[in-house]
Amino acid sequence: MREVAIVAAGMTRFGEIWESSLRDLFAEAALEALDAARVDRVDSIYVGCMSAGQFVGQEHLGPLMADEIGLTGVAATHVESACASGGVALRSAFIEVASGMSDLVLAAGVEKMTDGADVTAVLATAADQEKEAYHGITFPGLYAMIARAHMQAKGTTEEDLAWVAVKNHRHGALNPKAQFGRELKLEDVLGSSMVADPLRLLHCSPVTDGAAAVLLCPLELAKKYTDRPVKIRASALATGSMALADRKDPAVLDAVQLSGERAYKMAGVSPADIQVAEVHDCFTIAEICCIEALGLAPPCSGRHAARSGLTALGGKIPVNTSGGLKSKGHPVGATGIAQAIEIFEQLRGEAGARQVKGARLGLAQNMGGSGASSVVHIFEGV
Amino acid sequence: MPSPRYWREIPARYRLEAARCRGCGKVAFPPRRACSACRGREWEKTNLSWKGKVITSTVVQVAPTEFQMEAPYAVAVLETPEGARLMAQVVDCDPSTVGPGMEVALVFRRLRKEGHGGILCYGFKAVPAVS
Repeated sequence: MREVAIVAAGMTRFGEIWESSLRDLFAEAALEALDAARVDRVDSIYVGCMSAGQFVGQEHLGPLMADEIGLTGVAATHVESACASGGVALRSAFIEVASGMSDLVLAAGVEKMTDGADVTAVLATAADQEKEAYHGITFPGLYAMIARAHMQAKGTTEEDLAWVAVKNHRHGALNPKAQFGRELKLEDVLGSSMVADPLRLLHCSPVTDGAAAVLLCPLELAKKYTDRPVKIRASALATGSMALADRKDPAVLDAVQLSGERAYKMAGVSPADIQVAEVHDCFTIAEICCIEALGLAPPCSGRHAARSGLTALGGKIPVNTSGGLKSKGHPVGATGIAQAIEIFEQLRGEAGARQVKGARLGLAQNMGGSGASSVVHIFEGV
Repeated sequence: MPSPRYWREIPARYRLEAARCRGCGKVAFPPRRACSACRGREWEKTNLSWKGKVITSTVVQVAPTEFQMEAPYAVAVLETPEGARLMAQVVDCDPSTVGPGMEVALVFRRLRKEGHGGILCYGFKAVPAVS
């Protein structure tokens, strides 16, 4: 297998972008990445998107997007793994370059969520339709059940959850591309309306439009495109049971743990070596479960990490310096690529006010459904 | 939901028909081809008893369109005495009283009304167990 690097990135701002369509968003991010590397052609394209079919009635995104950026003829594939679509698109591109099959591959993610679809119903299709959605459960409802189980098993409180939102909004306020570029007070979170007990509105990531793209090539060719490539040290994907009822312990995200173990092994590093991480905080409880499953916090103390500052900027292991899904926004198919871009910028020293000083090793974890897919990438600045 | 899709699920949803793995004894609900514990393919039919215990739960306040008239409502992961776990609404009680450890009985109820034709869909819900 060849060593692989990211050499360029492009990303739209995240938010309710009514003036841009699905294809506009994709083209903006993709062209920015191509321009940054000064290339006018790639060998192939992966488009991560959860459900343009349901959100805007558009399938067959590979050729549509290739054509939109003037690359008709290039191999292009739509990749779907619910909210992990972006991360899995990145992994697909990584595998294609690592295998020697291609020398320049664009991995992109996009979602257009504000064109009028019933967002709650569309997102619920990432859950088990027969065993879960049939009974009237929503996505916040599934994570609420995970939160209840976590509270029961580990003593997590509503305040612990709220601190994750406060921390991530503090980070997001420093990110010009974030949907919510403002800070939140603990009482704002605790006083927001209940969505699915114990998760309130401000425990949930928002509905977002956006796109993100990165360009991958073999490490040995990377200097052709940039002075500061970022090497992909590991790419790991794992699955877990779709239905919450089929999992051994609803408070533990098995797939996240497994994807983390595989990634650490592939990179030959341990959780203690990671200096900055983006994890999938679609709901505040998810960040707590993910940092525990990835070994970034001890198994029973994930709940203290945001409040104590462990995972805040300036802490031992800053998590979601971009603002995370919570504050930066969560255009589901774009999220996995946007996470990789935050780590890419951190490892290149380009994160501005959010910069983690001297960061050389970073991790991005992207999750699908209520945790049934998890993809982890580990990156190194070179 | 097209009628064949609904019809296929009737044995599990109306009668709690499940399957016990001949290899390891695990009870699958609804029945499936390969055992999630031992990957066995040999099954014998069994039925779940109409009762269970709450493992974890929530109260849905913001509901999908088809369930909006019912919100707020409790939904829980339940475990039956056979060790099978399933998701169900918990009704006929104050939803805020539903939580881990609660004993429930399963009952046959209308679950939803679908599409412009207003097709009625049935299945199981949970209610507090009478001690």
